Amino acid sequence: MEKHLFLAGHTACYGCGEALGARLVVDAAGPNIITTDATGCLEVFSSRWPQSAWAVPFIHSLFENSAAVASGVEAALKALGRQGEAKVIAQGGDGGTADIGLQCLSGMFERGHDILYVCYDNEAYMNTGVQRSGLTPYDSDTRTSPFGKVSWGNRYLKKDMPAIAAAHGVPYIATASVAYPKDVQAKVKKALSITGPKYIQVHVPCPLGWKSDPALTIKVAKLAVETGLYPIFEMENGVVTKVRKIPRPAKPVGEYLKLQGRFAHLFKKGGGEGEVKKIQQIADENIKKYGLLSEAAEKVAVEAEKE
Amino acid sequence: MARTFTEGSKAVAETVKLCRPNVIAAYPITPQTHISEELAQMVANGELKAEYVTVESEFAAASVVLGASATGARSYTATSSQGLLLMTEVLFNISGMRLPVVMTCANRAISSPINIWNDQQDSISVRDAGWVQLYAEDIQEASDLHLQAFRIAEHPEVLLPVMVCMDGFILTHAYEPVDLIEQKEADAFLPPYQPQYYLTPKNPITFGAMMGPESYMEARCQLDRALCGSTRIVEEVAKEFKKRFGRFQGALVDTYCIEGAEIVLVAMGSVISTIKEAIDLLRKEGVKVGLLKVRCFRPFPREAIKEALVGAREVLAIDRAFSPGSGGVLATEIRASLQDVKKAPEIKGHIAGLGGREISVETIINIVKDRKSVGIEDRFVDLKEALLK
Repeated sequence: MEKHLFLAGHTACYGCGEALGARLVVDAAGPNIITTDATGCLEVFSSRWPQSAWAVPFIHSLFENSAAVASGVEAALKALGRQGEAKVIAQGGDGGTADIGLQCLSGMFERGHDILYVCYDNEAYMNTGVQRSGLTPYDSDTRTSPFGKVSWGNRYLKKDMPAIAAAHGVPYIATASVAYPKDVQAKVKKALSITGPKYIQVHVPCPLGWKSDPALTIKVAKLAVETGLYPIFEMENGVVTKVRKIPRPAKPVGEYLKLQGRFAHLFKKGGGEGEVKKIQQIADENIKKYGLLSEAAEKVAVEAEKE
Repeated sequence: MARTFTEGSKAVAETVKLCRPNVIAAYPITPQTHISEELAQMVANGELKAEYVTVESEFAAASVVLGASATGARSYTATSSQGLLLMTEVLFNISGMRLPVVMTCANRAISSPINIWNDQQDSISVRDAGWVQLYAEDIQEASDLHLQAFRIAEHPEVLLPVMVCMDGFILTHAYEPVDLIEQKEADAFLPPYQPQYYLTPKNPITFGAMMGPESYMEARCQLDRALCGSTRIVEEVAKEFKKRFGRFQGALVDTYCIEGAEIVLVAMGSVISTIKEAIDLLRKEGVKVGLLKVRCFRPFPREAIKEALVGAREVLAIDRAFSPGSGGVLATEIRASLQDVKKAPEIKGHIAGLGGREISVETIINIVKDRKSVGIEDRFVDLKEALLK
């Protein structure tokens, strides 16, 4: 059996993208790390006493302070002359990162701590039963942005966290998706080779919250990328240096949305076509902004297949 | 040992430096600011080799020292008032994870109305956070308490955070002659921190695990036992401090003129010095009055308090904070401590000195002299009736 640093036996749901994401991250980082985590699904399903899924040093403190606790860990390693002993990885979900934890994250970025911050983005507060966060996509039906007679669901666009990180002068920023595990791991390794603050945002489907088939987690994640809704890129010193090209022509967003109950209302109620169009516009803008479309469709498809 | 005439904040910073903290994180707030400024300057001058983390809030300051302490670093922070309240969530977390962080609380009133002056509503409001709380009477004690605080916090039987409370402005901004300890002596008293458990790949462990109904209560009970058990360590450390440095201002409690006293005043913090002066004057008039100084408020030293108060006829508690809807917190705790004592003294609570209102020698004398005319309900002292209309 393959040896992992995030162990089996935890209590995540079937098809949980976040559990897969966390395993990919710590396996890529290796044993010489210290990890922090915000309150949320990951902490709950991985660290219920007397068990722990973490084969690396792990500390969970509160919802909003993963980045600040990591800042303290990093400062302590420096003060004690133990920098060589471990790299520091702070983790959080989208709510713990982009909403309640944003202030601590800003402080960590601004002070230039040598920490990799990983945001597992499953696009809502899943641990409390699916409420919207700052990273919930447009029109998503959640318990606090419900679809109703006069509502199409979440009214806001995803907060642009990579741009916020970039505005702090963070030298390495990347987005990734559990659909492309090798890419996630390469980015973690690259991030850890750079001194200073780093930010990686990994798209991790949540079958429970997205109301998608647990068996289709990877397929759903792939479609988010292939439609242009979740652009995968690297940003170094404020400049986008690499994007994951998607096969031409890009898949229509409907293919992605239809697999998820959180968007089902767009296909039932009259007038939903207009909303789907708006979401298509978001994808089109991403495609344009990041230059996502490949020149040669076949080559990209083959590369993606290898992973 | 060198005697200098110095500001309270400076004396505290000098003593914190003697403790050789590895990580310091603090955020500016009046009246704590001078302490963290002094420490920043020491780090900038290269006199203090510590990581000084300039955080974006008190919440982050507490979180940074939490992370640092869990990594095995001796960690220190300081705050006041709103800053302490902003830290509240983290305070419970630090004690729950049994991390020996030391903090100075420069006591200040709580908003609203906003008020930067002294009372003890801040630290009293977080009394249930699971920290040891020690209250300083003067600058010398505030300073000395920091060396003792790290010893108490890091004791293997304690492993709990310690809050040194000193009255804002009255102690932080006043100047007094202070005896400062030499580094060599401080090192002998406080050896480097040797954590039993800390974050390291050499022994990967999980901090901050979730506990369900089947185990949470036991973890909380262990915290309570450790905190209650720390009374012994607080006493031990105060005694050893006395042996080494010749200074003793009490361990859990201290007393003044309590022999044969019929009336005993009970208080915490800088008002103790004022009360001592008042007692000297009252004693000259033949009033049999004494003082019980509560130095350690958490854990609450019930036995020591009982012992000191048995035999008194009347107890006059002076609170510089209160629990709205209930009364003086110290008064309430004193009543609870004496409830099983036969012929227990009558206890009267006084809420005084809120938001920087002066508690003068005269205030204390009046409290003693007017005691027969007031009921047993805790009362606010020196209220301006005109402002209450």
